[in-house]
Amino acid sequence: MRNINLVIVGGGPAGLAAAKAAYDAGERDILILEREAELGGILNQCIHNGFGLHTFKEELTGPEYAARYITEVINRNICYKLNATVIDVSNSKVVTYVSAEDGLVQLQAKAIILACGCRERPRGAINIAGMRGAGVFSAGTAQKLVNIDGYLPGKEVVILGSGDIGLIMARRMTFEGAHVSAVVELMPYSSGLNRNIVQCLNDFDIPLYFSHTVVDIKGKDRVEGVVIAQVDEKLQPIKSTERLIPCDTLLLSVGLLPENELAKNAEVQLSNTTGGAVVDENLMTNVDGVFECGNVLHVHDLVDFVSAESENAGKCAVDYINGIAPCRDKTVISCTNGVRYCVPTVLNRDEHYAPQSFKMRVANVFKKVELAVLADGVKIYGRKRPVVAPGEMENITLTAEQMQTLKQAKTVEITLIKGEVK
Amino acid sequence: MKDIIIIGGGVIGCGIARELARYQADITVLERGNDVSVGTSKANSGIVHGGYDAKPDTLKAKYNVAGNAMFDELSRELDFPFRRNGSMVLCFDEKQIDGLTELLNRGLKNGVKDMYIVKGNAEVKKLEPYVSDNVVAALVVPTGGIVSPYEMTVAYAENAAVNGVEFRFLSEVTSVKKDKDGFTVTCADGYTERAKIVINAAGVYADVINNMVCKRKLNIVARKGDYVLMDKTCGYLADHTMFQLPTKMGKGVLVTPTTHGNILVGPTATDVDDKDDVNTTADELNEAFAKASLTVPSLARRNIITQFSGLRAHLDLDDFVVGESEVQGFYNVAGIESPGLSAAPAIAVDVALNVANKLGLKQKPHFEAKRKGIPQFSKLSNTEREKLIDQNPLYGKIVCRCEVVTEGEIVDSIRRPVGAKDLDGVKRRTRAGMGRCQAGFCTPRIMEIIARELGLDMADVTKRGGESNVVVGKTK
Amino acid sequence: MSREMICINCPMGCRLTVDDTDKSNIKVQGNTCPRGVTYAVNEITSPKRMVTGSVKVDGGTIPMVSVKTREAIPKGLIFDSLELLKTVTLKAPVHIGDVVVADIGGCGVDFIATKNVEAV
Repeated sequence: MRNINLVIVGGGPAGLAAAKAAYDAGERDILILEREAELGGILNQCIHNGFGLHTFKEELTGPEYAARYITEVINRNICYKLNATVIDVSNSKVVTYVSAEDGLVQLQAKAIILACGCRERPRGAINIAGMRGAGVFSAGTAQKLVNIDGYLPGKEVVILGSGDIGLIMARRMTFEGAHVSAVVELMPYSSGLNRNIVQCLNDFDIPLYFSHTVVDIKGKDRVEGVVIAQVDEKLQPIKSTERLIPCDTLLLSVGLLPENELAKNAEVQLSNTTGGAVVDENLMTNVDGVFECGNVLHVHDLVDFVSAESENAGKCAVDYINGIAPCRDKTVISCTNGVRYCVPTVLNRDEHYAPQSFKMRVANVFKKVELAVLADGVKIYGRKRPVVAPGEMENITLTAEQMQTLKQAKTVEITLIKGEVK
Repeated sequence: MKDIIIIGGGVIGCGIARELARYQADITVLERGNDVSVGTSKANSGIVHGGYDAKPDTLKAKYNVAGNAMFDELSRELDFPFRRNGSMVLCFDEKQIDGLTELLNRGLKNGVKDMYIVKGNAEVKKLEPYVSDNVVAALVVPTGGIVSPYEMTVAYAENAAVNGVEFRFLSEVTSVKKDKDGFTVTCADGYTERAKIVINAAGVYADVINNMVCKRKLNIVARKGDYVLMDKTCGYLADHTMFQLPTKMGKGVLVTPTTHGNILVGPTATDVDDKDDVNTTADELNEAFAKASLTVPSLARRNIITQFSGLRAHLDLDDFVVGESEVQGFYNVAGIESPGLSAAPAIAVDVALNVANKLGLKQKPHFEAKRKGIPQFSKLSNTEREKLIDQNPLYGKIVCRCEVVTEGEIVDSIRRPVGAKDLDGVKRRTRAGMGRCQAGFCTPRIMEIIARELGLDMADVTKRGGESNVVVGKTK
Repeated sequence: MSREMICINCPMGCRLTVDDTDKSNIKVQGNTCPRGVTYAVNEITSPKRMVTGSVKVDGGTIPMVSVKTREAIPKGLIFDSLELLKTVTLKAPVHIGDVVVADIGGCGVDFIATKNVEAV
């Protein structure tokens, strides 16, 4: 078995940024394993613009954003394998991958960064009854068919879910000659950006139905229509509001799930809230030397944040390889009063006081709140927000001094202080 | 003129075809779908019943017990997934424990072996740690098993084809006419063929076929059952197939592992008018899940990966009809609802023997009884995997990441005799697309492989034949 | 005429009521900050959009290459610009920034490639 310092599973935005940062931190023995035929991950099919405002201060398309990082990796001569699927990661950091070229290969790694992204929630996971003909796609599958392969999945489209992928696909399908008759959203609000609602739906007079869902799918061989209904406050469909929308295609944009099957094999502890690993501020999991970053850790809305997080993971992995011992004493960050989760999930009670960013999501739409960090119940950081929503990840950065207070505290809490904020 | 035409490419039709293939005869299977195992055989519980449930002295009882005993050898011979995991019937009410004894006695009469009753929740939990605290006793049936019904059907069909049986698809039979030395069978596409013997194994349509020929009419009701399939991550929740003891409230649903390690719950039971109505309804899915939760309370909705429904061919006679009808040479195998899958191997052998005797058929000198399934990459050891990739690099290309299915397996499933022609055909044979992402990632890739192997345009690739094309055409 | 629009500058998504009866004095209500007014006035006087899409490429490692307008084009040109993409087939290699369609509809903006496609 070949020994290697750092294996990065996944050559999408997370893996590329992690590799670049690890190299820049001095590590040279790096291998990126990518299952697709090219680097770049899901960015390759996200041909719309809107990427990179934070990282590059300009607005790029997905492939352009990917190309920037691919260039960085290639310029550094970092090794990568394409068409190479990792089928196992063990607790003792043995990575097993297969490819047509190399056969089955096992590598003994010193550190592993899992950067393998997320998958889409399928129809079955949301229990839509009805017929099971062709024409029901997850939005990402349709996006691949249209943008990469050049095939149109259907001509008359209904989209369930108004997250950004759903909205982007409404516009894409319209651009490619299909007619989108409705976007249907279960919640009373959209988790997508206002900009996308305006430029992907309103521009083309595509109606968006809040508090509605798809309750039935008609059509034997191919979708012939979907029945939508309004839902009550408990999100249960109201029978009397059912109506049929004829269509040949239903696209589902109903959420993303971190893909942690490999992490499970390695006995990585997972969070029930994010679906990703429980990590400390070094993005290390409970398994020493196994790190996570990007959408496999928690689903991001901006790739810029994926890159920043992953660069941190790359740097920390190199620290670990270089022998900086993991801290055993950890404080669990508690999320309260409408804060749904925070990454990192735990803090090391060590004496490493560097500025640290925290990413979090709230559980509902709240207006006029203060996002606050409490150390032993005392507010050490507060940020007033006119509005927070589940669809917008909140990102705060604490100073080294604030981190010192936090790391010395017995309890750490991230909370929303509601009410009129002065 | 053919010797034998078999109408229906389900587990019964393919099973009979395979058993008849032992003889020197010219046999054709006519299937209205574009693949085998596209009706009842593809969507059912996949249970090999012990045989305690059927009324004694019925054909159901006879063939169930006999069929059950054949599975170990048959699954080895034809290389399809089967496991004797044992069944349990759970009782939730002290007052109804007699019901278990009644089942046990019925089983004894039917010739079921090794059954026993365990009493007390703690004792039941020793066998199944995740059952409800409300379970008070259980009938344990060690001979119960699970099988992959579509893989079993495909295995039968492949083996029949290798031994010379012809399969004709998209061949919906519209008329069967008796004349003095046989039958004329006509299909919707204009195909006409004569045969000495016609075997009706048309599933929910077996009454329609019978009624074309026989004066004694049959009436089959399609009874729909909705199922819910759970992710493999909760596969540990059940090891036995767990039934609920029927009560006045109804029959209950089962919770069972599948041969691939998922958990399956269901079925509901609704009689439907349309024999193609496989529409799942929200109410039935909720019902199936709620009832299953009585057996295993920790089943979580978030682990559901898909739902489906299947149709059972329910005859009002309440027993199988198997054998030659009042019309000489016309055989019925009708009303094959539960325990039809368990009974299939015994029915197949019985009918084949009967027909062979009738026609005076001779055994083939070189019948190939063994069939080797598609190598399943995910189940192999690393050494075996290495060897396989070395022989054929396509086994190093993983297409379905959830179920770890390689391009090698998919290509094999298409190139085999009676091979896959569409996404569902590939899925049934290889499990590609059957995992937790439900083909989200692998659909475009599998379409490409099907198009390449069968020389089709991408726009002509279907989910399951007919008008089920996946895409409508090129964007540009 | 009075019309409704959503400001896209921040997650607030202010619902604006815009009265453009007097084109030289557009009145905006419902905004929380001045950016709302600027947005509304631009949307009324000269709305522009970035357009992204894809075109066929021959002889490359992949069959389609993604493209974008170098900058936003007048909203009214969106569908005309998409029609132009159907008429183009590039030859690999294609590089990021290569002009795919020059001067879309006379507006002075080009479609450029957003992905590198190597020749096979």
